[in-house]
Amino acid sequence: MTGSGPGKTTYREAMRAAIREAMLADERVFLMGEDVGRYGGCFAVSLGLLEEFGPERIRDTPLSESAFVGAGIGAAIGGMRPIVEIMTVNFSLLALDQIMNNAATLLHMSGGQFSVPLVIRMTTGAGRQVAAQHSHSLEGWYTHIPGLRIVAPATLEDARGMLWTALADPDPVLIFEHGSLYNMAGVLAPDAGAVDIDSAVIRRPGTDVTLITYGGTLGKALDAAEALAGEQIQAEVIDLRTLRPLDDETVMASVRRTHRAVIVDEGWRSGSLAAEVSARIMEQAFYDLDAPVERVCSAEVPMPYPRHLEEAALPQVPAIVEAARQAVG
Amino acid sequence: MSPRRRPAAPAARQAASPPAAARQPVMHNEPGGSAAHRTDLLRQMLLIRRFEEKCVELYSAGEIHGFVHLYIGEEAVAVGVNQALTPDDAIVSTYREHGHALARGIPMTAVMAEMYGRTTGCSGGRGGSMHLFDAQTRFYGGNAIVGGGLPLAVGIALTDRMRGRSRVTACFFGDGAVAEGEFHECLNLATLWQLPVLFCCENNLYAMGTALARAQAQTDLAVRAASYGMPAWAVDGMDVLAVEQAARHAADAVRGGGGPHFLELRTYRFRAHSMYDPDRYRDKAEVEEWKRRDPIDALAARMREAGELAGDTLAAIDADLTGELTDAIDKARGGPLEPVSDLTRFVYSPRQP
Repeated sequence: MTGSGPGKTTYREAMRAAIREAMLADERVFLMGEDVGRYGGCFAVSLGLLEEFGPERIRDTPLSESAFVGAGIGAAIGGMRPIVEIMTVNFSLLALDQIMNNAATLLHMSGGQFSVPLVIRMTTGAGRQVAAQHSHSLEGWYTHIPGLRIVAPATLEDARGMLWTALADPDPVLIFEHGSLYNMAGVLAPDAGAVDIDSAVIRRPGTDVTLITYGGTLGKALDAAEALAGEQIQAEVIDLRTLRPLDDETVMASVRRTHRAVIVDEGWRSGSLAAEVSARIMEQAFYDLDAPVERVCSAEVPMPYPRHLEEAALPQVPAIVEAARQAVG
Repeated sequence: MSPRRRPAAPAARQAASPPAAARQPVMHNEPGGSAAHRTDLLRQMLLIRRFEEKCVELYSAGEIHGFVHLYIGEEAVAVGVNQALTPDDAIVSTYREHGHALARGIPMTAVMAEMYGRTTGCSGGRGGSMHLFDAQTRFYGGNAIVGGGLPLAVGIALTDRMRGRSRVTACFFGDGAVAEGEFHECLNLATLWQLPVLFCCENNLYAMGTALARAQAQTDLAVRAASYGMPAWAVDGMDVLAVEQAARHAADAVRGGGGPHFLELRTYRFRAHSMYDPDRYRDKAEVEEWKRRDPIDALAARMREAGELAGDTLAAIDADLTGELTDAIDKARGGPLEPVSDLTRFVYSPRQP
């Protein structure tokens, strides 16, 4: 299946190609979750995989998040390499006991005896008018938990390449896929493959201010940088990619060059990942700053349904531009 | 007062309609049915009893800490079920798991060292009383979230199923877990996927301080399990031979591809929920009544009656166990504490350079 336009691939297809490649390369890999098989995945990521790999390895589950996430943990410690799909981050709260109390703790609590090589994929984020129980960006909560690795592919290359590296990781990795990205299309190199899940990258170099973001807001930050360029403000855009553990080095090196930082995070501001990044900049690069760190986060409300209110609740390009202007002074 | 307000008296809690095979008495000519075997069961139960009694002493003396949940009174369950398991099988357990660990064959020295938080403990001292782990014997914890172990057991069994292995995952949990959503999700999933799980519900009639009838609309737990489509029956959990027989029957069926099975093991804890618990919610008379059905006394009496237990055998076993325990405590006390510099070790797996 091809993306929109000749030679183009969508984020969804890149993800599917990654799952398919992993299934072909390692017989221990299997996909399990609600409607991943016959339905083809609620966001059509796994469409066609049931026909190719059969119901043992493309495993539809009942609506029992705690049981199938926990079963993924059990299968991982049993020697498999499960990919568990949870429809949305809001639903993942039904499995939080398993993720927090088992996946994240077993290795340490057992004195190193049982590692949990599990990958959990889930959709996060707003922008589709699906209101207050399907739209939140709760990945920041998960970044609080030692023992987990949290990644957020924001590009086709990362959608294609992060899964394999996550599966090779001996510890639990949570992949957050922003719902607005699935239809993003572009040209993916034919040899695109595994990518690291350790480092942040600079998506656009600049000298005047650093915009730090990840996942669904990367595009907005890049648009803001483009707009700022028109005002002779050269913004550098960093895609965090891995939200835990954070790549402080890339962030601090940039802030030391630009002396200004704006963090763009679709999570709520209080107790957010943006707060964590900001605190780290204070701790590690305070004397390099020429202005206070700015944050552009979601309004602290349950996500409303009407488009105009949803848009008002989310970080938008004008707010990012304004925050950057503020920082530059 | 409605009859459901209080737990039924022990006499009324005999096994309720077990399948035909489980109803037959253990025959003396069966491999598992020799006098030597019964003496071994007695020894194993006594080992757990003495270990737990020692834990009370050590806890009171401030030598061991944390939450300590004792298995005294429930020994027949762990020992009986373990007879049905092979070294290839797996166990997922709860926070009241000293008995499961010892019956599984984790060395007493390693379990005791874990109580002391020493690196020689079976979890390297990291887990303590509630989190015993042992890869060697496929003992997957020690889970202190009620119901939290069931999904793990389902996943371990799923692996065996996908790999075509003929192994059983025995999953222990209490009556309290039946109120958790994870219980229902997991029983459904295990039957749906025909997974080789032996669900062992230790019904000791209390979820901490909440009596079964105060928490469960349907107190017949085997009936609830059966509603998910798996064979399920209640067993007298104070009778180690009955437990062994039921567990063998169930484990053989699970191993043979018969899908998950459920045993409701009706038992009772003679001590409080944990060392913190003042035990205000049970009648002393009720506890005393259950103590008259002590599983160790019951088996010993039965064996004496059959002429299988010479007058001084039990005392000799006890003396041996006391020696073993003293040795385990000495070793635990002398065991090394993990250096603080290792605090964050194993938060993540060691990385290849």
